Amino acid sequence: MEFDRRGLLKIAGLTLLGLAAKPGWELFSKVEPQELVPSPETLTKKRWAMSVDLKKCWSTEGCRDCIDACHRIHNVPDLGILKEEIKWIWQFPYEEVFPEHELEYSEEENNRKKPVLLLCNHCDDPPCVRYCPTRATWKREDGIVMMDFHRCIGCRYCMAGCPYGSRSFNWKDPRPFIKKVNLEFPTRTKGVVEKCNFCEERLSRGLIPACVEACKEKALVFGDLKDPKSEIREALKFKTIYQRQPELGTKPKVYYIL
Amino acid sequence: MYDGKKIIPGLIIFLGLVTSPLWYNAASGKISYIPKPKIPAEKKECVEPKKYIRINHKNLLDDWKESVVRKAGTTYVASNRKSYLMSLNRTCMNCHTDKTEFCDQCHNYMGVTNKCWDCHMYPKEIKKG
Repeated sequence: MEFDRRGLLKIAGLTLLGLAAKPGWELFSKVEPQELVPSPETLTKKRWAMSVDLKKCWSTEGCRDCIDACHRIHNVPDLGILKEEIKWIWQFPYEEVFPEHELEYSEEENNRKKPVLLLCNHCDDPPCVRYCPTRATWKREDGIVMMDFHRCIGCRYCMAGCPYGSRSFNWKDPRPFIKKVNLEFPTRTKGVVEKCNFCEERLSRGLIPACVEACKEKALVFGDLKDPKSEIREALKFKTIYQRQPELGTKPKVYYIL
Repeated sequence: MYDGKKIIPGLIIFLGLVTSPLWYNAASGKISYIPKPKIPAEKKECVEPKKYIRINHKNLLDDWKESVVRKAGTTYVASNRKSYLMSLNRTCMNCHTDKTEFCDQCHNYMGVTNKCWDCHMYPKEIKKG
């Protein structure tokens, strides 16, 4: 069989068409990706924030209700070693948390040794997110600094980046150190970083954070900062408000009311 | 061939040794073993048809993980237009309560390992303490 120029072009054209058939079919028969729907009871807000009323918090001495509630539902282990401690919410003396607000001779003098409640500040400009090389931590649209334990490689850059010490690293398998495991929330594994998630899993079920719920004194208030009528905006109105290290420009969203 | 008398029997012995696990399994009847994941008797439907799940369960779970953790979408609309909550614990393990009777059956047979259970828990595990 002999080819003339015309015949060759015909065959070449048909071959190209034939080759394009499969990708073309795939392109047009593609199923539309499913739209993601949050469950209907999810609390969706523009900017979550929390305030801690220190005076109310100090009214019961030695109270650890919020800490216990948080650590119980999130399966936070009690390792018993300070160096390997894992904490989502914890206490620290006033004079060390707010050295800049510590006046030598004032009424506040006796505040010095009092415990201040600390947790992840869910910053507007979180340094941990900038440092994470795998995007295992990121800021959600509602302001929550989230953590994807699946993706964390345990490099601990975020821990170095966080100026508030909000992050803890699992040096060993935490499961044997959890007194009573809560089935609703996974435990962590050796080699991942963890921190407070503003009870994101509870918000998606229409519940407020566990620490806020557990506080009998109503010292903790949680709400939407962008809503002028929200509980948190009411709580912050005309008050002396401290933030932890605001000069760093991370814009922390946990407020301390004195 | 030089030294054929040594090489050929040597090769036969070598092949015999290499394939010995196959012979062993054939002799002990293991070769006809088919994994039987235990399917809950009272529950009749899965989120997707059996055939789809069998091939794609890993992708499905991966998608669920991605959308729940990273995109905050928690409702899965299945191919039959039914909605399910995207949750390993509350949806999958609600029926398949023991992973050793379900997941592990095939995974062990195929030599597949996964890290789900380093963090996630299945209801039966808790009851054991």
